[in-house]
Amino acid sequence: MKGWMGKLKVFSLLSLVALFLSACGRENLTALDPKGYGAEKALDLIILPTVIMTVVLLIVMVIFTIVLIKFRKKKGREDYIPKQVEGNHTLETVWTVIPILLLIVIAVPTVIYTFDLADETDASDSLNVNVTGNQYWWHFDYEGLEIQTSQDVYIPVGKKVYFNMLSSDVIHSLWVPTLSGKLDVNPENENTLFIEAYEEGVYWGKCAELCGPSHSLMDFKVVVVSQEEFDQWVADMQNFDPEVAPESKMAVDGRALFEENNCIGCHAIGSSPAAIGPNLTNFADRSRLAGTEEMTKENIIKWIVNPEEMKPGNKMTGKYPEVSDEDAALIAEYLLQLSPSEITTEDAGE
Amino acid sequence: MAHDHSLNPETMPHHPEKATLEGKNKFLGLWFFLGGETVLFASLFGTYLALKNSTAGGPTSEELFGLELVFLMTMLLLTSSLTSVYAMYHMKNNDFKKMQLWLGITGLLGVAFLACEIYEFYHYIHEYGFTFRSSAFGSAFYTLVGFHGGHVLFGLSWLAAIMIRNAKRGLNLYNAPKFNTFSLYWHFIDVVWVFIFTVVYLMGKVA
Amino acid sequence: MSTATAQKTSFAAVIWDYLTTVDHKKIGKLYLYGGGFFFLLGGLEAMIIRIQLIKPENNFISAGLYNEMITMHGTTMIFFAAMPLLIGLMNAVMPLQIGARDVAFPFLNALGFWLFLFGGIMLNVSWLTGAPDAGWTSYTPLSTLSPGHGVDYYVLGLQISGAGTLMGGINFLVTIVNMRAPGMTYMRMPLFTWTTFVVSVLILFAFPALTVGLFLLMFDRMFDSAFFDVALGGNSIIWQHLFWIFGHPEVYILILPAFGIFSEIFATFSRKRLFGYTAMVFATILIAFLGFMVWAHHMFTVGMGPVANSIFAIATMAIAVPTGIKIFNWLLTLWGGNITINSAMLWSLGFIPSFTIGGMTGVMVATSVADYQYHDSYFVVAHFHYVIVGGVVFGILAALHYWWPIMFRRILNEKLGKLAFWTFFIGFHLTFFIQHFLGLMGMPRRYWVFLEDQGLELGNLISTIGAFFMAFGVIVFLYNAIYVWFKGEPAPQDPWDGRTLEWAVASPVPHYNFKQLPLVRGLDALWIEKMEGNGKLTPAEPVGDIHMPNGSILPFLMSVGFFIAGFGFIYQTQTNFAYIFLFGGMALALLCMLIRSLKDDHGYHIHKEELEKEAE
Repeated sequence: MKGWMGKLKVFSLLSLVALFLSACGRENLTALDPKGYGAEKALDLIILPTVIMTVVLLIVMVIFTIVLIKFRKKKGREDYIPKQVEGNHTLETVWTVIPILLLIVIAVPTVIYTFDLADETDASDSLNVNVTGNQYWWHFDYEGLEIQTSQDVYIPVGKKVYFNMLSSDVIHSLWVPTLSGKLDVNPENENTLFIEAYEEGVYWGKCAELCGPSHSLMDFKVVVVSQEEFDQWVADMQNFDPEVAPESKMAVDGRALFEENNCIGCHAIGSSPAAIGPNLTNFADRSRLAGTEEMTKENIIKWIVNPEEMKPGNKMTGKYPEVSDEDAALIAEYLLQLSPSEITTEDAGE
Repeated sequence: MAHDHSLNPETMPHHPEKATLEGKNKFLGLWFFLGGETVLFASLFGTYLALKNSTAGGPTSEELFGLELVFLMTMLLLTSSLTSVYAMYHMKNNDFKKMQLWLGITGLLGVAFLACEIYEFYHYIHEYGFTFRSSAFGSAFYTLVGFHGGHVLFGLSWLAAIMIRNAKRGLNLYNAPKFNTFSLYWHFIDVVWVFIFTVVYLMGKVA
Repeated sequence: MSTATAQKTSFAAVIWDYLTTVDHKKIGKLYLYGGGFFFLLGGLEAMIIRIQLIKPENNFISAGLYNEMITMHGTTMIFFAAMPLLIGLMNAVMPLQIGARDVAFPFLNALGFWLFLFGGIMLNVSWLTGAPDAGWTSYTPLSTLSPGHGVDYYVLGLQISGAGTLMGGINFLVTIVNMRAPGMTYMRMPLFTWTTFVVSVLILFAFPALTVGLFLLMFDRMFDSAFFDVALGGNSIIWQHLFWIFGHPEVYILILPAFGIFSEIFATFSRKRLFGYTAMVFATILIAFLGFMVWAHHMFTVGMGPVANSIFAIATMAIAVPTGIKIFNWLLTLWGGNITINSAMLWSLGFIPSFTIGGMTGVMVATSVADYQYHDSYFVVAHFHYVIVGGVVFGILAALHYWWPIMFRRILNEKLGKLAFWTFFIGFHLTFFIQHFLGLMGMPRRYWVFLEDQGLELGNLISTIGAFFMAFGVIVFLYNAIYVWFKGEPAPQDPWDGRTLEWAVASPVPHYNFKQLPLVRGLDALWIEKMEGNGKLTPAEPVGDIHMPNGSILPFLMSVGFFIAGFGFIYQTQTNFAYIFLFGGMALALLCMLIRSLKDDHGYHIHKEELEKEAE
């Protein structure tokens, strides 16, 4: 049995090492390779207790192993009755005091960092994005810029961006593991989280609070671009005129269908405070369709014809008359040319 | 010996309610139960305090509450607590008739309290349209005060049951703990009301 | 009622006996059967969850069903498996450990069991019409907005069983305070009794918060109140506070009895007195005390602000101190001992590294800023399974092996026991260790699917494979139990060379437990008699009449009443017809209460002569 135990330990150690070597996960999703302020601070406080607690674990395991080797019942001593020890004050003091000291080592930076991450003093001078969590999509409203997007949020690199978050229905939680820890998006009491990204890129965001059947499909992206690109993007978005007719005939027909089927009743194109459904201004620039699917025409058609299949429990299903594949294709054609800006996720490296 | 728990002045122990193991268990068990009840009401108070300003445009506590009636209710319930103490005093002196009398008065005071409360709720609903469903404040108010009222109602039914049941049997070691636990419970209800009076009505009127 | 005379009884008689029993040993068994059944159900749900997550974007079950599955798995395991199994063990063993003939309130004890059982059935009936799908935590407003009746079943099921648990808690408290044998002072009580005591205090002060939370949820869902309705000024965070004010102590309600179990087993099988008994007792009390002031560490990401987050972070870390004390005391109990390793001991030894890892990640999740990453990710899933499986389930299995001879008069097969342990142990670490990394790699919990190409495939596959090992281990254990029932020899009275009073009771245990109450001369009362006396307990009283409570069908009927009323509450939102059930059920329950209150029930006596005759 001891052999078993030994093999088990070697095995678990090996698999641990293999894991570390193989990957810390996908680079724009993992929390172990931070590219933002909040995630970096969190990693510091992931590593410190891990190191300390691993030492404690090792001490426990060493004593444990010695006990198992040395004090097992031995042949010829089956009836041996050990000394009935009541306790030992020195030892008991040692293992009370040392853990307290270790915990203080962890507690002090915890408190400092907690206050640091809650510091919102420069919020009014920074870019503010009002975030609304919805079943199962995210709405981003750039304060003072008259820009609204859904699913993809563009932010400049190296700048603190404040997300003021409120939910329109149930509790959600906004989490971009590589950039920052999560914060809940409640239906009351606005929560504010700042994100400061160190590197350009497209980072995956997740909903981290169970919000219904499609909770696992409520992804979004944080698109981090340079300040110049961001300014360009803002200008492009502001200059976008939804009234300008699309170039291709199919897209024009698609737009007519989009209005006919009253898609426009929920989906704004161009700047609008209304957010019943996702704003589609820069739909074609989105990295993913409906948060998780590849942005292809086929997928868009599938989505329009039967959204329930892609996102169970979504609020779009049944809100409009049945759409044929052909009509959906035309609408898709229209949507796919909604690309107001040169700055897209590709500029950020996706 | 097994079934003979009745008392006479010679055999009566000093504390008939705690003379048997069952009696002791009941006594202690009720104390623990009241500990749990304390957490129950504390949670309700916490909820109420969190929601007392969430009137959603409906009537506020200042507009609703009138202290006269609530003061009367407080007096009724405090007095009933006192009368139940008298009842227990007579139980310890093995005076069953007087105990029943004071318990009866306790019950009547409780009924009067409950009647006032029903009138109060009726008043809020019909004069102000202030209901359980009108706002979070309404839900919290009726739940907290209603839970207390429910406890009073349960206490009264309990009292009626043991009074009627034992009317002809007199006092014995088997039922003495039952009277005693009732009286403890009744005091607790009274204490909770004092908190409701302070936190809900006084603070609701002043704030 | 005299069980001594009935040698061979008909099946119906046995059923009737169990329906009406107020004997703590039989109620303990009922809890084990009920809890065991729900454990299997919860395990099945776990397997379905892991099969769904075996590969990315899997479609084994639908999204809605998946949410029902996770909700039912969590709720079932916590409320209807782990807790009743532990309460069952407490019932079966604790009165014997303190030298009592029964618990203080045998009637309430039976009522507690039936309420638990009908609560569990109530919850699971929901499968017929759609189970609850808002998670075992049922956060509002997701739970208030959840369509159908799933969450209603959750509310009523938990409310009914919660009332039963509360009664159980009060019952144990009074039993331990009032009914200890002569000489059994508090500081001579076995650790399992101590943890039962402390856990009962936790139940008493924690469950009412859940009761209130469930009432508010019930009112919002069924009677249109506005506690969690933001439009009418409601606040959804109140639910989270109430739930965790209950929920965090609940964690200790589960783990402390397991600590007690390990303390007994380590001492027995190393043939040494528990090292630092006093420290162990006070560490238990301290953990329970601190357990009440850390609830908001489940809410670090709610947005409570840095002050609250810091306070709750530090308070939570403080719990690591008494827990560490316990781990080292156990190690030092083993140190210098004469250690026997059998199945009971294996589960206990397996607990030490597993639980230490769980405690280690416990300190990590207490670190608020890091918790912004861990929270609601698979890291947390891994953490709480390390403490609940590695602590509580290991503890329950250790206890079953250890006390099986007292409860079922059999010794579980060692070979099967070891096979079950090793497969379960390996499977457990395979399943959950990797999940720490999955969480940090960006996998939130309660995800129906994870996407391709996110580096999560391998970890999830390993995790699912591990789950199959665990399932195999459980099946082996079940086979073992059935196998020894039919093929095993009757166990001797004291097979492990025990140290505490439960091993001094005759086998099979007479329904009055002790003919004469024993005189306790110190900690490990039986061990003292073995070392310093003739190995038998000194009686504290002459043989005399024993007063026993009567059995009663009322607890069962009362629970049926509440069960029926539960359906009335659920369906009155839809049809007035349901009021028949509501009022009918309540009337039945109240009628039973009235009968109980009005009918004098003095119990019966086993006479001295009968006892003496039995002894011959």
